[in-house]
Order: sequence, then structure tokens, then C-alpha cells
Amino acid sequence: MNRSLRPLMATVIIFAIAYAAAVMQFPGLLSTRVLGNFLTDNAFLGITAVGMTFVILSGGIDLSVGAVIGFTGVLVAVLISSLGLHPLVAFAIALVVAALFGAAMGFAIHYLQVPAFIVTLAGMFLARGGASVITQDSVPINHAFYSYLSSLYFRLPGGGRLSFVGLLMVAVFIVGAIVAHRTRFGSYVYALGGNTTSASLMGVPVARTTIQIYMLSSVLAGLAGIVFSLYTSAGYPLAAVGVELDAIGAVVIGGTLLTGGYGFVFGTFVGVMLLGLVQTYIIFDGTLSSWWTKIVIGFLLFLFIVLQRLVFAASSRGDRAPQKA
Amino acid sequence: MEQTAFRMEARGVSKIFGNHTALDAVEFGLLPGEVHALLGENGAGKSTLIKILTGAYQPDGGKILVDGEEVVLNSPLHAQSFGIGAVYQEVNLLPNRSVAENLFLGHQPTRFGLVDRRRMDREARVLLQRYGLGIDPSSELGTHSVAVQQIVAIARAVQLSGKVLILDEPTASLDRDEVQRLFEVVAGLKRDGLAIVFITHFLDQVFALADRVTILRNGKLIDTRRLDELTRTELVRKMLGKDIAFSGSTSLKTERPVTDVLIDYEGYGKKRSVHPFSLTIHKGEVIGVAGLLGSGRTEMARIMFGIDPADQGTATLNGRPVAIKTAVDAIKHGFGFCPEDRKADGIFGELSVRENIVIALQGKLGWFRALNRDEQLDLAGQFGEAMDIRAASLDMPVKLLSGGNQQKVILARWLATDPAFLILDEPTRGIDVGAHAEIVRTINRLRDDGMALVVISSELDEVVAYSSRIVVMRDREMVAELRGEDISPGVIVQAIATHGEKAA
Repeated sequence: MNRSLRPLMATVIIFAIAYAAAVMQFPGLLSTRVLGNFLTDNAFLGITAVGMTFVILSGGIDLSVGAVIGFTGVLVAVLISSLGLHPLVAFAIALVVAALFGAAMGFAIHYLQVPAFIVTLAGMFLARGGASVITQDSVPINHAFYSYLSSLYFRLPGGGRLSFVGLLMVAVFIVGAIVAHRTRFGSYVYALGGNTTSASLMGVPVARTTIQIYMLSSVLAGLAGIVFSLYTSAGYPLAAVGVELDAIGAVVIGGTLLTGGYGFVFGTFVGVMLLGLVQTYIIFDGTLSSWWTKIVIGFLLFLFIVLQRLVFAASSRGDRAPQKA
Repeated sequence: MEQTAFRMEARGVSKIFGNHTALDAVEFGLLPGEVHALLGENGAGKSTLIKILTGAYQPDGGKILVDGEEVVLNSPLHAQSFGIGAVYQEVNLLPNRSVAENLFLGHQPTRFGLVDRRRMDREARVLLQRYGLGIDPSSELGTHSVAVQQIVAIARAVQLSGKVLILDEPTASLDRDEVQRLFEVVAGLKRDGLAIVFITHFLDQVFALADRVTILRNGKLIDTRRLDELTRTELVRKMLGKDIAFSGSTSLKTERPVTDVLIDYEGYGKKRSVHPFSLTIHKGEVIGVAGLLGSGRTEMARIMFGIDPADQGTATLNGRPVAIKTAVDAIKHGFGFCPEDRKADGIFGELSVRENIVIALQGKLGWFRALNRDEQLDLAGQFGEAMDIRAASLDMPVKLLSGGNQQKVILARWLATDPAFLILDEPTRGIDVGAHAEIVRTINRLRDDGMALVVISSELDEVVAYSSRIVVMRDREMVAELRGEDISPGVIVQAIATHGEKAA
């Protein structure tokens, strides 16, 4: 397992160095207040990225998550504000819809043998379009329970606040890590990313696992949509445009191989935090355009792709088995 | 005495694909505690039989018995539940996961619903020790050699099945020490009473390891015999189906070359592919390459053409040393290569006959000197006619043509580049008699025009008919070069069979 730990170590070291450098320039960054906000501000991205980690580990991709966030946000907002349902009921409905949506995509990917890229691209348009059909406008959510959830927090020593959504993200990461590394389902996910043919010959239920992976990704995106609506107290059909790409970026920066089979859920956590750090730094600086975030992310992504290439190409066995005559 | 108590048995098993009978009422019995070699050339029906025994195919006739009870095997997983496991040349495991996980995937020990890694590693360690592997079970499988992966695959198959183990060319990508190690493992399993089917192209390995042998040819059972009652020559004869009287010796007579040397390969080879060989090819000469399937014939051709670049030795073209590192280099030097599997490697099925003919010439000319349509049509027409390609139109997709005509299109493609040296790998396989004759005629004509050719073929009569010299390959090694009156099917069979006996 040493080999796949290397990109993770690199991520952790880069995060530590970047954080130390940022703290030296802005000592205010080293406080539980900033750290707490890190978690809160990136909660929806982190939850989405956990699902994306599973998808990428299995050798797939899910482009629909940003649209699913937008869709579930709008759905929850309309269910609460227009139909007067209790938020918990609305959450349940939204998550079930997201699960069915993910299952349908997984079904298409496995049984129709369509590349995940195409299927989830179609899913992205469907979900985004569906959200706009429900409403074109931002729908505010005014509900006592909602205000209660979004203002719920634990006070950290040093004056920081660990909000409910931040805590939820941490919980999702912990459960995600256990599922990925300690269950049979997790081992099947890695198996699919390693070699689908071998996996099916070894008795991995390929169809079931594929469907479950995309269900998981969509459900977590749905949950992220709920978190996003808690964060903004509204549902907006154009919310979270492009978040799928941020999530993919966080997963890859976290050391997961884009072609599948290698990686850790914890790496994705560090990846999300690294993206959050870049954003916070730019806010602290105040003079930099927010587009610098994109440039830094682009640079980091490039760096990590090169790093993975080096780690995995250098230690893979070069000699191809001779062909059958 | 051994006709009782078969562990697994195929009785009168047949398999038909379309109007082709892949297996014709084949009988196959497997005893506990034996290694049973399954031999036959390409298309003999070995893989079809294996797929039926592992449940990947359903037989169209006959029945399968396990421990005397008739069974229906729906899938490889279902066969596994009857104790039948298989290991293939391509290791079907997960290189990205730990050794232990590869052994137990799908059956991992769990505690409170979570995988108990410590117990899994412990059990894996015990299991691996039985196979003499002292590796760390938590290490990544892909970091180990193919031989170790192969043994892990065997350990998994035996662990999950435990009665019948099918080894489909397990040694094809191993070196000699690794083969030895694998043999020790197999011998141990045999002592444990496992019934083992062993498929290989290496006759030495058959004689070293197997107790009995079953030979298939063209889907028919030729013989099942104890190996100690069978000589190597008899075995090869049964595989190739040649009933020939042997001439005395395989003496290498030297004959003065009448023409200039075109290309000279000296100590040319590639690790894990073909042992270094030396071959001098003259203009206007056809070198036939004979040998069993898997003997390294195709690998030799690929190395000559630079598809798998050689890592040792030198090549000299017209007296000047040349580096042939890629197929593009080879084409620039005026080489041509018609591969064995034309569907996979040679033909662009969707493209037209015309495009298929001009593509190599276009590749030689480069990007900026595009042939216009008239030039293309002219060329295609000219070579199409010369080769007697029977197509309704030069613009029809090649995939609609018969196998023989496709082969002619590939030949025409290379002839259009006006090569000095042409390599043909099995040019006459699977094509009809008329096209066959046309291709043999073309080979003869090209030789008379002064082209140098290397032709690989399993059809001994055919090789003998057009070759000026014949090179015999065996176990990835060039073992003989036959000239003059030694060029006869009998001598070839003898060279394939006997050479190894002194080595074994």
C-alpha cells in the first residue's frame, strides 16, 4: 500500500506548508474561528467530494453532482415554502429522489454500457433543467426548524464555532472512510477501479456495486444540496454550478488516481481543506481577485497529476507479457 | 485401471458456433491427483473445451459429470461452487489491492459487519506459506512478479474451489526459474489430490509435469494417453496431424547464396519474448518460419518489424547498420508486415478497400503529401487487379469482404509501398482454397521479382512449397535452419520435436 500513500503524504505536506506560510503572513488564520469557518463554508463541497471519491475510485466520474445540489435545494425550498411540509419530510423526499436519480444513472452505465462521462453529463442537464422547471427564481426558506438547524453550533475553545453543517461534513467523511476501507462494498469499489473484468471473474457483483456507487454519489450530492440550502436559507436552480469540477479537483488533489483503484477518503478531506485554505487566503489578502483561486487550483491539479504519473509509472512493471502467438 | 472414479468428466461434448463445429463429441476424463495436459494447435478446440468445463459456455451436446454426477454449469462462479477453479495466463486479479484482499475478496472475514483486516492478513499468511511464499499479505499485489501473482491466483482458485484446477497457459509469461517454482506448487497440489488440467505450448513442460495428455485437433479428440507411453515425435505428429515418414538427419547443409544480402539480423532478440537469433536474408529469398503455436514465431516477426523493439543484437540493411525501434522506422526502410490476426491488427473494417490499400503508402509519404482521390483510385485499381481482389466496388467497406479477399487487400497495401522486405504472418489462415492459391502464387512471384520475404505458417506443406530456407522455432528459440533437401515436412516435425530432448 506504500505506493498509494505517497500522493496522500504529498497532499498533507503541501497543506501543512501552505497553511504555515499563510499563518506567517496572516497570523489571524491560526484560530479555531477560521478553522470552524473552513468546515462550515466547505461543508457542501466536502460532502459532495466524499461521493465523488467513491465514483472516481471505481474508475468512473459523476458530472451531475453540482446540478443535483441545485435541484435538491430548489426541491426542498419549494416543498417547505410552497407546500408547507416539515423540513425533515422534505429532506427525506429530496434524498429519495436523489437516490433514484443516481440508481438510474448507475443502471444506464452498467447495463447500457455507456461511459459514465456521457450518462452523468446527461444527468447534469436533466437535473439542472429540472430545477429550472420547478422555479426560475431563488426561493427563500422561512421555517423555525431551518433557522434552528442553521444557527446550531458548538463553541470551540478560542471562540470558533463548529456549525451543524460542518459537523455533518466531518461525520460524512468518517463514515465514508469506514465504508471505503473497512467493508466489502468498499473493497468492491476498489476492485472495479482496478480491473472490471478481473473483478467480475472474482465474483464481485459488478451491476449492484455500480448502481450503489452512483446512488451513493447522488444521495451525498442531495445531502450537500440540503446543506447548501441551510447555508443560504434558500433554494436557487443555478446554485452550485461547476461544483462537480471543484469536487473532482479536491478528490484528485487528495491523492486519488483519476483512473481509479487507488486513493483514500481522508485524502479528499485534505484536498477540500486545501481548496478552502486557498480561498480563505485570498479573502485575507483582499487585493487578489477571486479568480486566483482557480489559478491555484489549476496549478495544484496539474502538480498532482504529474506526481501521480511519476509515482505510478515509475513503480509499475514495465515489461508487458508477451503476446500469444 | 484409471477408467474409474473420474473427478470430472466430459462425455461426448459438442459445441457448434454457427455452421462451425468447434468441438465434436469430445471425451475428457480427469482423475484426482493427476496433471492432465491438454494440447492442440490454434482452433483445435482447447479453449472451447475449457470454457465449457468452467461454465463460461454451455455445451450443445453431451454432458458434464463431477464426481460421477451430471451437472449443469451456468457460469464460472457456479462452476466454482462445484469445486472447479481456473487460472489464466493473464492474471485475473487486482494489482491495486493487497495480496490478502486478492485471496479473500468477496469472502473477507468480518466482525460487526466490518472487514477484519488483521484476521484476513493472518489467514493469508498461513495460506501463502503453504505455497512457499513468504511475502507480506498486506503488500500491493502489483508490486510482485507475474510468477508470484500467478501463484496467488492459484492459491485463490484452490481455496475457493478445491477439486479441479484448470491452468490455461500459466507459464507463458514466466522465465525459467519462475516456471520451476510454479511447477513445485503444482506438484504439491497434485499430491494433495487435486485434479489439474494444464494447457501450454511448451512440450518440455508437458513432459516435465503432466501424467496424461489429451490431444485435440480441429475440434476432434485425437488421443488420450499416458505420457510415459508416448514419444515426443509421436506427440507432435498427433498435434499437427502429419503422418510422415522421417528422413534421417537434420544436417545443416551450406548452400552458396546466389544473391546479395538484404538484411542481416545478428544476435537479435528481446527479453521475455524471443531468445537472440541470427538470420541473414537475401534478396529474392523466401524464409519460411515453422514451429508450434506459441513457439515465438509471431514474436520474432514483431521484433523484426520493430513493433516490439529488440533490446539486444544488431540489424544491418544493405551493409549499413540500422535501428528499427518502431514500425514507422521499419516502413521507412522499406519493410512490410501482414499480421496474423488481420481483424484485430491489419484491417480497418469500416474503411473502404481503396483506403485500406493506400494507407501504408500514405503513412510512408507523411502528412504533407496527401494522395488525391484519383491517385488513390489508380493505385487501388492497379493493385486490386494484380491481386485479383473480388470486391463489388473499391469503395465498399473491407469488413464486408471474405477473409481471403481481406488478406489480399493487406498484401496489396504493402505492395503499394514497394517494399524490399515483407513479413507475412499466417497469410493463408482461414481463407478459401482459391484465395489460398492466389496468395501462394503472389509469394512466388514476389520472390522471383527479387523481394525478400519471411513467411510464418503452420501449414507445413505450404511452407515447404515456397521456402528457399526454413527456420524452425521452438520454445521462443530459433532451433534449426533447414536448406535444400532438408526442406520437407518430416524434417520440420523432427526439428520441432527432437531438438528439445537433449535440452530436457
